[in-house]
Amino acid sequence: MEKRELRLMKGNEALAEAAIRAGADAYFGYPITPQTEVIEYLFETDCTARTGMAVLQAESEVSAINMVYGCAATGHRVLTSTSSPGFSLMAEGISYIAGAELPCLLINVSRGGPGLGTIQPSQADYFQTVKGCGHGDYKLLTLAPSSVQEMADFVALGFDLAFKYRNPVCILSDGSLGQMMEKVYLPEQRPRLTEYPDWATNGTPKGKERRFITSLNLLPQQHELVNIRLQEKYRRMEQEEVRYETIMCDDAEYVIVAFGIIARIAQKSVELLRAKGIKVGLFRPITLYPFPMNQITELAENPRIKGFTSVELNAGQMIEDIRLAVEGRKPVGFFGRLGGMVPTPEEIENAIIKQFDL
Amino acid sequence: MDVKDIIKPENLVYKKSRLMSDNVFNFCPGCGHGVAVRTIAEVIEEMGIENDVIGISPVGCSVFLYDFYKFDVVEAAHGRACAVATGIKRVQPDKFVFTYQGDGDLAAIGTGETMHACNRGENIVIVFINNGIYGMTGGQMAPTTLEGMKTTTCPRGRDVKTMGYPLAITPLLAQLPGTYYVTRQSVQTPAAVRKTKKALRQAFENQKNKKGTSIVEIVSNCNSGWGMSPTAANKWMEENMFAKYPLGDMKVDGQLVINNVYEKK
Repeated sequence: MEKRELRLMKGNEALAEAAIRAGADAYFGYPITPQTEVIEYLFETDCTARTGMAVLQAESEVSAINMVYGCAATGHRVLTSTSSPGFSLMAEGISYIAGAELPCLLINVSRGGPGLGTIQPSQADYFQTVKGCGHGDYKLLTLAPSSVQEMADFVALGFDLAFKYRNPVCILSDGSLGQMMEKVYLPEQRPRLTEYPDWATNGTPKGKERRFITSLNLLPQQHELVNIRLQEKYRRMEQEEVRYETIMCDDAEYVIVAFGIIARIAQKSVELLRAKGIKVGLFRPITLYPFPMNQITELAENPRIKGFTSVELNAGQMIEDIRLAVEGRKPVGFFGRLGGMVPTPEEIENAIIKQFDL
Repeated sequence: MDVKDIIKPENLVYKKSRLMSDNVFNFCPGCGHGVAVRTIAEVIEEMGIENDVIGISPVGCSVFLYDFYKFDVVEAAHGRACAVATGIKRVQPDKFVFTYQGDGDLAAIGTGETMHACNRGENIVIVFINNGIYGMTGGQMAPTTLEGMKTTTCPRGRDVKTMGYPLAITPLLAQLPGTYYVTRQSVQTPAAVRKTKKALRQAFENQKNKKGTSIVEIVSNCNSGWGMSPTAANKWMEENMFAKYPLGDMKVDGQLVINNVYEKK
């Protein structure tokens, strides 16, 4: 850790710097607040001169995601970033990428909706990201950072998971993580790829079978098999890729479940409640898909635990997954702020006290 | 000459490109797509670039391209071929990338992607099949459908007052500084095919020489969609489609050929 370069950076900038250092081959994107610093940073620091990484401002998010699709088809490390309305525009392309089983990294620095909404932070895209935003039965492996450090760390991890599973990986961030500055230990520069996977359509090597990338199968008998194979892949992700963090859960009687930026705030609420002698812990899902189902089920089965509170920057989305895991064993309450508002630690503290009548 | 003479090797005048697979075309008999598809294969074979080619087959009758070619092909969402081509080309500038797009793909849903790829001067080849109708979905109106022409979504003929005018998009693309070569050809006669092949060769040579975007529009038929026999469709095409979409070069070596850009009066 101490060997790594320490800098004070915005989340968006840290992510962009981490992308260069992760050996990304290309970035395609379209400006939208609050994530525009990503593409600005790539141009400003001249990533092309540094590593040869290509960067292009597309004419729309629709175009950007299809540039990502093309680039991913050649087996290169490619990413895009956007914010909520832009992510909606990318939905079709994401479905094609999932269907064609191509690796890529998608960043959603989300903002308040619906519609044009607000540029302030929100987690109202949980459903969109985790339950699939495009058409068809597919899953987006989703990482939820809660610090600028994780904004940086999840880039290389995201690329590696994308290639491991030949699947798009999403970093679901939000406007506050994108805009706020924190100290961040930057990863070492790793080289760009020099060899590409066998399936990559980057020109048929002499004497080898040509490759093609498609998500099309007109025969339902064939296409069901493709879907079954995809589902098997998603089950593997659920077995191997669940990530989470627990804070003071070992003796907790009440558990706050929160992801991303609100987990940082809820951590302070835990301290405030503990100071009053209320044993509260924090469970932070890091992968939103695959969701840490079994871990929450285990907590729900623990006789010491009296209940859960889902704290989200939306009207209650992740709470559905928590309830699926808890399966009615314990009460699951909700506290959230909407439309770009972010609660104080005290607001969350009061919500817990009220929910459990403490 | 009887059959025994005809099959002698020295009398062989045509054979399928070795870059074509043995899969049977899914195109309707009489359709120009088959000729266009194999002419591209011939050009790639003759240039000897098949190990460096990536074709893009977007949604439409073009979507099965990967069934017919024995080189790398990427299927694309409807309209997005030029964006996909850009994504490929930007990380592999020395490969040959071409799109094969219909009129719905290139001139309706994908207008933005096409226009901006051309405006950036992406060093790719765009092959544009203009048959004035949506073939794959069963004969609906295309942006290029002629005024008064009947389709399933303009069953009483295209009414330009409510449905807009037939869109001649290649002259617009020729205006952009990023395009280096824009030509309009056809494949309904051996002579026309030879011209198209020459144009395709020029387009790929331009890419080799990193000149920018080359567009080969091929005005073609859709005898099924038009509800005609192949012969009648070709005749109708020559009389009606060529009047609105006259054949010839619009831009050569980056220079506009002004006189041929707009329809003949």
